[in-house]
Amino acid sequence: MKNFIKRSEGLWLFVHSPAVMVSALVAVLIFLGAALAPWIAPTNPYDLASFSLMDGLLPPVWEEGGVAKFSLGTDDQGRDMVSSILYGARLSLLIGLSAMVIATVLGVGLGVAAGFYGGRFDAIVMRIADIQLALPAILTALLIDGVARGILPPEMQQSLRVSVLTLAIALSLWVNFARTARASTFVEMNKEYVHAAIIMGQRPIRIMLVHILPNILGPLLVIMTVDLASAILLEATLSFLGIGLPADSPSLGTLIRIGMQFMLSGEWWILWIPTLFLVALVVSINTLGDFLRDVFNPGLR
Amino acid sequence: MLNVKNLTVRFPTRFGDFVAIEDVSISVAAGEIHGLVGESGAGKSTLGAAVISLLQTPGYVSAGSIILGGTDLRALNAREAHAMRGKRISMIFQDPQTSLNPLMTVEDQLIETIMAHRKVSVNEARNSAIELLEEIGIKEAAVRIKAWPHQFSGGMRQRVVIALALCTNPELIIADEPTTALDVAVQSQVLDLLRTLADKRKIGFILITHDIGVIARIADRVSVMRSGKVVESGETAQVLGNPQHPYTRALMDAVPPLDHKIDRFKVPSLEGVEKEGSSTANFAEQWLLEGGQQTQKVGLSIENLNVSFAGTRTSLWQKPSAFKALQNINIEVLPGSVLGLVGESGSGKSTLAKVITGLIVPESGQMYLGEETLPAGNKRSRHHPSRRMIQMVFQDPYSSLNSRHRISTILSEPLWFYGLEKSPSRRRELVLSMLELVGMPSDAIDKYPHQFSGGQRQRIAVARALLARPRFLICDEPTSALDVSIQAEILNLLKDLQSKFGLSILFISHNLSVVRQMADDMVVLRNGLIEESGKTQDLFDAPSAQYTKKLLALTPMMPKAWRT
Repeated sequence: MKNFIKRSEGLWLFVHSPAVMVSALVAVLIFLGAALAPWIAPTNPYDLASFSLMDGLLPPVWEEGGVAKFSLGTDDQGRDMVSSILYGARLSLLIGLSAMVIATVLGVGLGVAAGFYGGRFDAIVMRIADIQLALPAILTALLIDGVARGILPPEMQQSLRVSVLTLAIALSLWVNFARTARASTFVEMNKEYVHAAIIMGQRPIRIMLVHILPNILGPLLVIMTVDLASAILLEATLSFLGIGLPADSPSLGTLIRIGMQFMLSGEWWILWIPTLFLVALVVSINTLGDFLRDVFNPGLR
Repeated sequence: MLNVKNLTVRFPTRFGDFVAIEDVSISVAAGEIHGLVGESGAGKSTLGAAVISLLQTPGYVSAGSIILGGTDLRALNAREAHAMRGKRISMIFQDPQTSLNPLMTVEDQLIETIMAHRKVSVNEARNSAIELLEEIGIKEAAVRIKAWPHQFSGGMRQRVVIALALCTNPELIIADEPTTALDVAVQSQVLDLLRTLADKRKIGFILITHDIGVIARIADRVSVMRSGKVVESGETAQVLGNPQHPYTRALMDAVPPLDHKIDRFKVPSLEGVEKEGSSTANFAEQWLLEGGQQTQKVGLSIENLNVSFAGTRTSLWQKPSAFKALQNINIEVLPGSVLGLVGESGSGKSTLAKVITGLIVPESGQMYLGEETLPAGNKRSRHHPSRRMIQMVFQDPYSSLNSRHRISTILSEPLWFYGLEKSPSRRRELVLSMLELVGMPSDAIDKYPHQFSGGQRQRIAVARALLARPRFLICDEPTSALDVSIQAEILNLLKDLQSKFGLSILFISHNLSVVRQMADDMVVLRNGLIEESGKTQDLFDAPSAQYTKKLLALTPMMPKAWRT
């Protein structure tokens, strides 16, 4: 085991940086908790029968008046905070991950093609990217959200809420991937192994997927992690502003919005616990992203 | 003046300490040029860095002493070392492109350096900077000093770097591969300049290079390094002319001579024994030879080829004038022969290779592969037979193999892509056999490119080219990224394969002596124009073009008397 760690640069760095190990632990725990929420959460916050208004506004166990059944207290509706957070994180992570995957596929596809073909195609794709960059991500997401509300029939709006939100976030994040993929592809295009493949007469799609893509994965992995954090934050922001998810399917952002009403009222846990949870999640993902960047880019250390 | 005794430098890694140089002693007198020669990884640059106390972290000097004119450099603290650096010891780097700050004029850089070490006014500093530039041979220095680094040519830029190193009047200058990035003609001027400085100003030089010709030309004394140790040291003429250590002898044997042609290089068994002609390799050999058209030799001819690139735009309203990369090129590679293509950087050698392989679309001209017309650029379909017949060995073995693919994937790609071998098991067998043929161990097949040295990678690149069953091979500077002993091995390999399989080869190189060893005919290219062409023998013996004569005269080589 020890030798194994020594041989791999990444593992060696990992076991020698406590901050990264803590972040990885936090991230893994949150991901596990979110994935297993239906099995480990004490109650189901979606099930109206499982909570009662009588339990409303109970403080966490360690405060005076806390009840053992609700270890982190309850909100004004009497929902258990632990369950709300686990389910909220589940939804936040689901949206964040899917948005990140869509953005990766779209951005990397367009970016590699732009770098490979160059010329007019490159110019068009990158100008669209530039325009997109000029608009704040949240504005793009708002725009797509608004358009979707306008064109979708009202009965579908509720059921497609999550998909629209995911798409809105994905479309505001793809530019990062496209730019990085394009720049890395330009570098690879000058290398002789790509020339060799072109000279052989291989199909462009094969050259891009089999030859170029594996060689530019390093920086892309870093952006994927960092953008996962951005996607989660963006979702939280949209939900906080009230244009994301409705109050009956709470994500972390929705929980924070609900908690806002109680900020100065003494029931601090309703706001602060989901907020701290979100901060912990985003910080640990970003720390892991920085760690990945160091591993793939030893020169920066 | 400089005395290095029993110096050992270690680099701690997580696998324990790596000893970069061990127990090295050299001394340099004032006005002496001390050459340090050796292959990459021998510790030459580390020695230079240790002397100027600029070892890369985490390297450290673990034993020995470095004494410069009475000062023990190891005893200095960081601040004293900083003051000493530049003032008493200077450095000249390999690449003049990167060792000057592109955002500062030459004047600013010189004045900055002078004022950092001497208490003088700006005007005095400027005057001494201009004097210095004149001394190192920059004409109209008072005007040129205002220029930016990019307005100087490569050789001029290296002169400015030398001026920077000189401006504090140091006792010792460490020149780390000062001419490797330069063309022959410029190299010769820079070497002359170093010699003059050593003689006139009595500056001691440590000249780090891998080029024995350079050492032979200007060094007084030479130390040969190998794996961190000095194996032989002494007067240049004595060490190079009458080498005692077997390694020095092997190194000398591997240097291609300029003045005559030898059949094969004597390759010392430095890297282990080569297993050629074993039974497994026969399989690949048979495979290459079989098939009717395989025995037929195919030549290539190019007629009236013109290539131009879009130039830099100078006005918003006018079309930029085109840059003519190749003009009116006529060459013919006879079937089964080797054509050497020689020229300095920017002469259009690689452009020609790219035109033949279809990466660049020429403006006009015809190409014929054998009897057939070879369509140019994007007119050549992806399935055109020439895509298999013409194969290429690239210059940089570090980028010509996809680092994310295993050797088996890299080598079987041409086999399935060209539909040469259908069954995967036979493909693997063939790849194994081909590895054997190019002198690689068979366990290489499941490794990745980064696990091999440059020379081994170049062998793999040759194997890849051969697995397409080519008739025509383009070698674009195949050995210029390699050490001389490895170069000898690769050149031997190419020679063997060429004679065995009747390949026609276009051999591109800037190194005249390599071309002399490899080519039957040769073409000298300059600024996109053919200066001279003919039989290699004739061109070397009696060059007719002025340019060829100049190239031949300026290529650094060993005096004949030293040859054993």
